[in-house]
Amino acid sequence: MADSGSEDIAVIGNTDLTPSESENNLKNTMAEKGTSLLKMMEISVAEAEKRTGKNAVNMQETYTVYLIETRPVDAASEGTNPVPDSLWRRYSEFELLRNYLLVTYPFLVVPPLPEKRAEFVWHKLSADNMDPDFVERRRVGLENFLLRVASHPDLSSDKIFYSFLTEENGWKETVFETGFQAKADSRLKALNATFRVKNPDKRFAEMKHYGDELQSVISQLLRVRARAADRLYGVYKVHGNYGRVFSEWSAIEKEMGDGLQSAGHHMDAYAASVDDILEEEEHYADQLKEYLFYADALRAVCRKHELTQYELEMAAQDLTSKKQQREELATGMIRTFSLKGMTSKLFGQETPEQREAKLKMLETQIEEGEELVKERNAECEEFVKSAWVDIERFKEQKDHDLREALISYAIMQISMCKKGIQVWNNAKECFSKM
Amino acid sequence: MLLKDLILPNGTPVDTSSPASSSSLLNRLQLDDDLDGETRDLFVTVDDPKKHVSTMETYITYRVCTKTSRTEFDLPEYLVRRRYQDFDWLRNKLEESQPTHLIPPLPEKFVMKGVVDRFSEEFVETRRKALDKFLKRVADHPVLSFNEHFNAFLSAKDLNKRQGLALLTKMGESVKFVTGGYKPRARPAEFAAMGDYLDLFTPKLGTIDRIAQRIIKEQSEFLMELREYGPVYSSWSSFEEDLHDPLEGVSGCVSNCSSALEELTEDMSEDFLPVLREYVLYIESMKNVLKKRDQVQAEYETKLEAVVFREDKKTPVPTDVEKCQDRVECFNADLKADWDRWENNKRQDFRHLLTGMADKNIQYYEKCLAAWESLIPLLQDKQEAEGETS
Repeated sequence: MADSGSEDIAVIGNTDLTPSESENNLKNTMAEKGTSLLKMMEISVAEAEKRTGKNAVNMQETYTVYLIETRPVDAASEGTNPVPDSLWRRYSEFELLRNYLLVTYPFLVVPPLPEKRAEFVWHKLSADNMDPDFVERRRVGLENFLLRVASHPDLSSDKIFYSFLTEENGWKETVFETGFQAKADSRLKALNATFRVKNPDKRFAEMKHYGDELQSVISQLLRVRARAADRLYGVYKVHGNYGRVFSEWSAIEKEMGDGLQSAGHHMDAYAASVDDILEEEEHYADQLKEYLFYADALRAVCRKHELTQYELEMAAQDLTSKKQQREELATGMIRTFSLKGMTSKLFGQETPEQREAKLKMLETQIEEGEELVKERNAECEEFVKSAWVDIERFKEQKDHDLREALISYAIMQISMCKKGIQVWNNAKECFSKM
Repeated sequence: MLLKDLILPNGTPVDTSSPASSSSLLNRLQLDDDLDGETRDLFVTVDDPKKHVSTMETYITYRVCTKTSRTEFDLPEYLVRRRYQDFDWLRNKLEESQPTHLIPPLPEKFVMKGVVDRFSEEFVETRRKALDKFLKRVADHPVLSFNEHFNAFLSAKDLNKRQGLALLTKMGESVKFVTGGYKPRARPAEFAAMGDYLDLFTPKLGTIDRIAQRIIKEQSEFLMELREYGPVYSSWSSFEEDLHDPLEGVSGCVSNCSSALEELTEDMSEDFLPVLREYVLYIESMKNVLKKRDQVQAEYETKLEAVVFREDKKTPVPTDVEKCQDRVECFNADLKADWDRWENNKRQDFRHLLTGMADKNIQYYEKCLAAWESLIPLLQDKQEAEGETS
């Protein structure tokens, strides 16, 4: 969605620009396809804070706000390092932004937000939204979301997105002014409706199926991983009991005492090490979760395609039936059964004038119908083209990201094994001195 | 080496007049359990478990191999088959005939049928190791290893267990050690210390046993989850193209780690827990021997007091009081020697047990490390892998 062309084209690198002029610069440069916002601007979600205030029903509530910081990329390279622009946003505003993007770009796989509530938790992690670890992970997730949008070839040039990052006040009103809400409701209805497409596009059907499978397998993976994490926690922590009993035992021994005592310390260290290990694993879980939600976005695009295809088919069907009616009327032959036809047979034929009037009406309808079919066909083609480009982009991104996630997971496991070897070697040394 | 030729390390000749001092001397000289092959002249092993099925019962026998240069044995080598019952008989005989000594424990006699499979490989192997240890401990003991029941156990073709009765009448005296009914007296400091130590040590062992069991349980449950976790990556790989190999790789890796974990828990169950339990039995034995010693001391002191209160001081101390005194001194010496030996064994055994535990854990982590490290190049290998698989 390019900007309406009322802004002046300004020259990049002109340091005498006024604030509004440099903003225009940014927007116009981004209007070029393939130049993502991220190349122009550094974005981060730097902090999270608790706030209390009155909500919509005038009740006191506590919520978290996140600090979004932006800074032009070239400013940093010039060495001036200015204070970044910043504003506070809460999770619901992120949700609003995403809903807007979903509705406005139904042919794009829109990056997902981090989960609203903690799911797939293992017992030690709190499922409480106010838990500092959860808030921190959410901060990272929100930053990730902004970076994904900002590096997307199409989404990054969206005005609403830009003002989300830069305009603290009045942003919500701006969003609602776009009238996306109406589209949002119809979109939701359409996505949930059941309809059958006569000629489904095979590629999209396959993609939707892939999305289903991906969602299912990642859910399962996250669930089992959480249970395994629980068990692993137990294994490590019970070893801490060795620490205590070795210490008590060493008190009643003569020569064995020292070895036992120091071995006990190592057992304590071993037990304590699991906390860091599992926290790192949460990061892996978050990476998987992102693609769990991405699968949903992918399915939404496929569903939207189905809808578009369906509407085209409906229009074509309607046109065909209108044309048939015209033919029947013109030749006087009733090819298809219709109640009107039957009643006219029963109650006598129409007058030539009536028939003429009907024919004329049909002609108009057919003309309109043909226009509609043309429109919908173009829509469909346009949708397929844009969507497929983005799906290919998404596939590559997914393969790359998940491969990276698996690599860092393996590295994590290696680190855990090395720590284990070290601790037990230390303990073994102590035991051998008993 | 004959006793009368012994010289103490400080150069003085050995006083071999009283039995008590000679046995304690031997113990002092042979206190170091790391006997080199030269001084040891009796080697015993238990191996080759076999199942026997008869109409009445099914049971396991073990082969007992003996190699010895001792003249107390007719032959230098023996191979006999014994079942648990026979070991139990031997231990009872040793306890009866050597009441002043600490007899090593046997693995537990009764196992709940239905809970434990008495004929499973793991159970039989665990028992074999314990029986082997039992015989080795007896064989290494300077007094017990010369016991005639032990000799019979190692050498007799058919272990006629009724043989014991005839020998028992010869050893009539020793039976009297078991008689009780005397008012218990204060334990001498060193034996009181032993008793105190055992009372403090027993609960520690119990705690360690519970911790070990708990760890095995948690590890088993973790293993169960891993066994479900790995295959999910496999099913994921089935509908991916570029990610197929990496995901399969992760699945295989998790599977390797699962196997390694299974080995660890099995080893701990088979090697670690039984040894702990054995020590609990050992401590029970030791406490019983201490109590027996208390009885012998009580008998002596009671009789002595009776004599002291007599008015006629001219008659010498009756011989049976003297015999009691001898018994007390003998018992104390034997027990002290056995205690020292036990402490030493305990230290070695636990050092071995705990370093073994550390080793098993190290091996587990090393196996997992190898698995994950070998996965990294597979994960990073993008274009080459695609080229090869196409």
